[in-house]
Amino acid sequence: MQLRLPRSLHLDRTLDALLPLFAVLLALLIGGAMIVLMDANPIDAYRALWDGAFGTKNAVADTLVKATPLLLVGIGICISFRGGVINIGGEGQMIAGGLAALAIGLQYKEADPTTVIIACLVGSFVAGALWGGIAGVLKAYFNVNEILSTIMLNQIATFSMMYLVRSEFIDPRQKNAAAPIPETERLPRSLDLPRIGETLDDIWEALGLAGEGARQWGTTLLHNGIVIAFVLAIVVYILLWRTTIGYRIRAVGKNPHASRYAGIKVKRYMVLSLMLSGGFAGLAGGIQLLGVRHRMNAEGGAIAFTGNAGFNGIVAALFGGLHPVGTIPASILFGALLVGGNKLQRTVQVPAALITALIGLVIVFVVASDIFVRHRSRRRVAATVSEASSEAAGVRAGP
Amino acid sequence: MIDELITASVLASGIRLATPYLYAAIGETFGQRSGVLNLGVEGVMLMGAFTSLWAVYEFTPAGATSYYAPALLAGVLVALLVGLVMGLATAVINVSLQAQQGISGIGIYLFGLGMSDLLFQKVFRGQVITVNGFPRANIPVLSDLPVLGEIFFRQNLLVYLAFALVPVTWFVLNKTTLGLNIRAVGQNPEAADAMGISVTRVRYFTVTLGGMLASLAGASLSISLVNVFQQNMTAGQGFIAVALVYFGAWRAGGVMFGALLFSLVNALQLQVRTKGIDVPDEYASMAPYLLTILALIFASRRIDQPAALTKPFERGE
Repeated sequence: MQLRLPRSLHLDRTLDALLPLFAVLLALLIGGAMIVLMDANPIDAYRALWDGAFGTKNAVADTLVKATPLLLVGIGICISFRGGVINIGGEGQMIAGGLAALAIGLQYKEADPTTVIIACLVGSFVAGALWGGIAGVLKAYFNVNEILSTIMLNQIATFSMMYLVRSEFIDPRQKNAAAPIPETERLPRSLDLPRIGETLDDIWEALGLAGEGARQWGTTLLHNGIVIAFVLAIVVYILLWRTTIGYRIRAVGKNPHASRYAGIKVKRYMVLSLMLSGGFAGLAGGIQLLGVRHRMNAEGGAIAFTGNAGFNGIVAALFGGLHPVGTIPASILFGALLVGGNKLQRTVQVPAALITALIGLVIVFVVASDIFVRHRSRRRVAATVSEASSEAAGVRAGP
Repeated sequence: MIDELITASVLASGIRLATPYLYAAIGETFGQRSGVLNLGVEGVMLMGAFTSLWAVYEFTPAGATSYYAPALLAGVLVALLVGLVMGLATAVINVSLQAQQGISGIGIYLFGLGMSDLLFQKVFRGQVITVNGFPRANIPVLSDLPVLGEIFFRQNLLVYLAFALVPVTWFVLNKTTLGLNIRAVGQNPEAADAMGISVTRVRYFTVTLGGMLASLAGASLSISLVNVFQQNMTAGQGFIAVALVYFGAWRAGGVMFGALLFSLVNALQLQVRTKGIDVPDEYASMAPYLLTILALIFASRRIDQPAALTKPFERGE
């Protein structure tokens, strides 16, 4: 006997998938009202936002560069949230990763650049994983709430960075001079992540897309971090849904008690979720260092290095439905909002802080609208069950 | 070196710096005791800090050289109002819409971070404005005590009020019906519901109160401690306040102890910097966070965490 879903339930599922989009639209609508209150024209403002994010090839490149750490943090968040642990420690893990990459880069300035870059990136992943792992061990074996421990670890990482930049890693030239802001020296240019603009131009030409403004990508700041992030998003998808480890991570997240009875070592998988999650945030830090910042400084706290990506990555992941592949467009969307926000500030004098506020609203709307999804899915179950029982009753009543 | 570091004035500033932690953490204690974790405290603090400064600035007559009491009152009222609105919104999100509390709080934080900066850029064009904040109010007789007078009794009104809230909170939570209801709702909402207590109403009350106190915490920074507003001026204090509640094991006294620990370290750091003593102050900055993690390890061994913390309540059919 086959159970069929009533047609309205398919509609329901589509609605569920569209909810995050409604959340963004609602946030943009509220943003529009705020823009009006600030005596600016919302249509002009949003056009400036769009232009700033996608208007030119440079803008698109900036958007993708901004999206890269969001995507990397975001795919880590997919793992931890699916594994039932809430990792708020992206900022600290990014810093841990950045510091590891910095240490390796400064140590091996003379070595073969490709090897060193790979070592930096691997090192940043490991450092982030260890930093996240602390919270994992605290949760699994000492019953410490991971939300709080990761917040504490964020602060500790920030102060460690400030201390190390002022002491161990300080630019030797600054030691004697009374420098205003302690900072490290710039990593050698040979360690910059390779730019991919030229390659993109080649592809553009091959596809016949290059019109009059041919070979424009070559001059952009787009580096190969975005490619790494795209590939890893797919890897994480495979990990979560096509491997036993991924199955167990999700099982622990769904129901730790049942998982324990099924013989899964729940504590180990909690630690693993946080380590993987931290690892990807750490890698985001490494890529941020080699691709964008090239040095660290001791002022401005965590945000000066991470650009708040440790938090915004959570938003991207939630928005992408906690699915690594869904996180790809989500992180591009939020990267675009952040980059476009600067243009908004320049052209219509609406402070870019508006974007931070709107991102906050998007999160609130997404998590608050979850209740509708849950209620509908409960109704679905109820409907299926009642249909099943009525069919069963029908069978019994039949001849 | 020690006698240079720990002076009466450093201790006095330690007491003073505890104010924002106290307001925010006590507000959070009410929420958590009723089973709601509000991680958005930092964002509400920032909003309170900006709006109260704005009100004080607006209501102070031009050219005033000292404080203007009605303006200060307006600052506090505006902060309370902003906290009320944000607290109610938090309650709608976390209680009625049953959002996952660890995440919705991040949303509220980012909203407050962005919104307070937005208003700051728009109203003051990002310029740091100094206002005449709460003046020191010496308590007669007591303030003349040697040493102790300087440490405890030459503070301002918002500082006294913050410390006064500690015994009040203890009393309300442990000796009143309201407190009993709050604890019941946080411990076993099903049973409380069966007893005829409205879980939703109690949680709305605690979360809204928490919002108001968080906003007041922000005001205590901007119109009583430093008398300016800057982008992201709370710098993580709201998150610490949330942790302090765990640190203090959901008790007002414990929360105060934790707040003082953090604030005294802050005061010492300031002293280290002004005296130019060559100690890496990052170590000192880190210490309270490490201690909090240790405290969390020990706190987790006890069983006093509200059993329904972070669990939304939904009436069974």
